[in-house]
Amino acid sequence: MTRDSEQFFDTPKASPDRVLILACGALAREIIALKELNGWSHFVLQCLPANLHLYPDKIPDAVEKVVLASKGKFAKIFVAYADCGTGGILQKRCDDLEVEMIAGPHCYSFFEGNAAFEQRAEITSFFLTDFLARQFDSFVWKPMGLDRHPELRDLYFGNYKKLVYLAQTNDPDLDQRAEQAALQLDLAYERRFTGYGDLESALAP
Amino acid sequence: MSDEEDDLILSELNDEELVLQMFDDLYDGMAEEIAESVDILLERKWLPYDILTKALVEGMRIVGIDFRDGILFVPEVLLAAGAMKRGMKILKPLLIESGAPQLGKMVIGTVKGDIHDIGKNLVAMMMEGAGFEVVDLGINNPVEDYLAAIKEEKADILGMSALLTTTMPYMKVVIDTMIAEGIRDDYIVLVGGAPLNEEFGKAIGADAYCRDAAVAVETAKDYMARKHNQL
Repeated sequence: MTRDSEQFFDTPKASPDRVLILACGALAREIIALKELNGWSHFVLQCLPANLHLYPDKIPDAVEKVVLASKGKFAKIFVAYADCGTGGILQKRCDDLEVEMIAGPHCYSFFEGNAAFEQRAEITSFFLTDFLARQFDSFVWKPMGLDRHPELRDLYFGNYKKLVYLAQTNDPDLDQRAEQAALQLDLAYERRFTGYGDLESALAP
Repeated sequence: MSDEEDDLILSELNDEELVLQMFDDLYDGMAEEIAESVDILLERKWLPYDILTKALVEGMRIVGIDFRDGILFVPEVLLAAGAMKRGMKILKPLLIESGAPQLGKMVIGTVKGDIHDIGKNLVAMMMEGAGFEVVDLGINNPVEDYLAAIKEEKADILGMSALLTTTMPYMKVVIDTMIAEGIRDDYIVLVGGAPLNEEFGKAIGADAYCRDAAVAVETAKDYMARKHNQL
């Protein structure tokens, strides 16, 4: 086990009456917002680092480690990840661990609502959520090497036509950041307010 | 880059040094330098096929190993591929002219609903470099396009690529259609893409899942050798 994977697996404190929500760090702000909005107290939130998204093959092991360390300490464990590029492996792992997870391929799908997202079938759209609009440089631009090699942009994004910002909140600053990201990627821009979509129902008591 | 490297004159290197320098230049994604080195070797009467295999393909093999080992990442591999492509642009017409050996023919494309082609393009380039003829169908291919192309082109290999969890199941649609038409065993079917794995490849009835371009080349060669042994 590497040092990287050790450092973020603190075992959450036991709370036998509540649900442990084991979430992607990219959803932390949204889950806390929903908790406050709904006055929920039925769950404890534990997040894994959002940058696991850059290495989806590491997500199932990271989830498993926390789930195994937390079994029996909570009324239930719920994994707040969608498939997130794991190719079905996370779902299988959750099935083996007998824990539930969020349905859908990605967060931008369940924010819009999985059914609506699938129906739109926007294959030439690149999606940002609030998190990704806020962290565009750290999670898109730099990991793709575009800060060092902007000439690679069209290799990555040449087949895309539009950047769609799926907004969870009405925040003009994020809107501006998302629009700037579209400019950087040379894509048309669309903002679409989704709110929290299927995430809210997935976490509700 | 050091002053010494800045002053490096490629034409003054002997063949062995130049090929080693090409490995470095490929690794660093230096397209101009690769083009210059290819021209120098051609002037020195190297066969195009030797330049391709001993300098470019071997250089990319090193890049592939370091990518697999987590030393290089996608941006660096793309730059290296861009440099190789530059060299191949010079060599391709000469290779056709000189009748370089062909190992087989591959039809390749990204599946329906998917527009991601970086991996597919790398595989296509490396397959060409290894001596396969490649027919690239591009992105977003329905089953009809794949089937028409493999028949029309009399391909040996069908390669399918997908980056999305939502599109990778389409590979099974293609393979099932091939089974229904009774042509599945006429072709080697290779699949690849970030969310795929070996288990998925087996489950959908592909011959092999290829985790990267280098593996795709080796797998293709292996299957072609088996195919010839059966004849």
